[in-house]
Amino acid sequence: MDPKQLYQEVILDHNRKPRNYGRVENATHSAEGLNPLCGDHLWVSLRVADDTLAEIAFEGESCAICKASASMMTGAVKGKPVADADALVERFRTMVTGKADETQAKALGRLAVFAGIKDLPSRVKCAVLPWHTLHAALHQEAAATTEGDADPAAAR
Amino acid sequence: MNAPIRRPLPPATPLDVERVRRDFPILANVHPHGKPLVFLDSAASAQMPRPVLDRIVYYRTHEHANIHRGVHTLSQRATEAYEEARRKVQRFINAREDREVIFTSGTTDAVNLVANGFGRAFVGAGDEIVLTHLEHHANIVPWQMLCEDVGARLRVVPINDAGELDVAEYERLLSERTKLVAITHVSNALGTINPVREMVAMAHRRDIPVLVDGAQAVPHMAVDVQSLDCDFYCFSGHKMFGPTGIGVLFGKAALFERMRPYKGGGDMILSVSFEKTTYNVIPHKFEAGTPPIEGAIGLGAAIDYLGTIGMDRIAAHEHALLEYATASIETLPGVRILGTAREKAAVVSFVVQGVHPHDLGTLLDHEGVAVRTGHHCAQPVMTRFGVPATARASFAFYNTFAEVDALVAAVRKVQEMFA
Repeated sequence: MDPKQLYQEVILDHNRKPRNYGRVENATHSAEGLNPLCGDHLWVSLRVADDTLAEIAFEGESCAICKASASMMTGAVKGKPVADADALVERFRTMVTGKADETQAKALGRLAVFAGIKDLPSRVKCAVLPWHTLHAALHQEAAATTEGDADPAAAR
Repeated sequence: MNAPIRRPLPPATPLDVERVRRDFPILANVHPHGKPLVFLDSAASAQMPRPVLDRIVYYRTHEHANIHRGVHTLSQRATEAYEEARRKVQRFINAREDREVIFTSGTTDAVNLVANGFGRAFVGAGDEIVLTHLEHHANIVPWQMLCEDVGARLRVVPINDAGELDVAEYERLLSERTKLVAITHVSNALGTINPVREMVAMAHRRDIPVLVDGAQAVPHMAVDVQSLDCDFYCFSGHKMFGPTGIGVLFGKAALFERMRPYKGGGDMILSVSFEKTTYNVIPHKFEAGTPPIEGAIGLGAAIDYLGTIGMDRIAAHEHALLEYATASIETLPGVRILGTAREKAAVVSFVVQGVHPHDLGTLLDHEGVAVRTGHHCAQPVMTRFGVPATARASFAFYNTFAEVDALVAAVRKVQEMFA
């Protein structure tokens, strides 16, 4: 899917109507994500019960790619075991940096549409930020970024 | 007695843009996403015309060797071409002497040279450096690093809602503690042209030297460092249709003589023993190591090229583009232009309601339109206007009115997508 199609078919819909937007009351985990270089800034809060992500929400100011990625992420991990969410973070990251093959991408289900982001190398960080923030929340880190060592491009 | 102030004569013949465009192969060669390229990002880096490309190829095929070293034919040719480029720069900015022109790797390198060579020699604890809210990070961070090391502090001239400097406040900030003023000639993020000559005069009344960041000025207007009377003037080759990796630091000879070298190495010395090194004379004292020779020669060729077009014609065409672009973009609902100074270079920074600048940049690219999106290495300016980023269309003399129309149509298309 070319980037323009990606916008038209997926990103704009989630940008207009983000799912799970807001804050989880009685959150057990939360983290702040910031890309200082582009200004994407969001918060992920969640409640874990019985090793399962019972609730998750996000809020913040960001570009449409970041917001859509966050929106779809919350939908994908809600109700899932924490270990599955962790594994999904890594698989998503592998896909948007162009390192996943087609089968691996397909295994990501609806998230596979983000594979097209690899053709917009300057925007990969936007798509990855919510996932880094989720990872930080699950691992009790206060903040996440996609700069420096956490730069998805640096791992290529 | 002061000489009467002369208004610049209007250009005798306007610019033939279509003819000029044929000098820039890249404008015709590239079709992003199958669309004609509309290149509106010259403030980040401008394109290179054929005569500059040809000059670099000629240098590499007929003249290249290391300079100031060998007695053989090629070394002499390369040295002559390099020093001729220095004289071209001298004439271009009307410096008094060619030894007042130092080749650097760019504007950033030039500012760092002064921060180290001048700053470390003449700025101490409790001293102040005055700069402005419009500065590019390259004219902030070197001074911050200096301040941290020597215990000095920065004072910042505020701007108004139009993006113009508060000159009265600037004058108030100058004191006996001020050791240097560092100001941009033209704001890269907003396009504001600052009253540099007036500001230099104010600083000089207190014997304070002034550094001017001219990176965004030299491609667009005639610059005369003697008329400005600034003490240092910095700019980059690649923003004025020359190569990357080359820039210029102009400085008054008397100041250069008193400054410490910034980098040590070959070419900046007269003699070296393990006990003592005697530094070379200016400008060589500040040009350690093999310089970007083809960069300097390419920059000289870019200056020649600008001369054939004429800075007055360039300025007139760009001003017309700016007025047309401003008026056209203003007609778009939900679009806000940042930077509405009375004196402006051909830069239009804007934000579109409901569309993040990075999404806008990606989608404009799909229409063939290249604009810069982000904070433009001027985060204090973004903070001042309460935005994380803007889209910036910046124009050069090779841009057309039709390209302004293409930009406006593309923005409208993105707005419809996001509606």
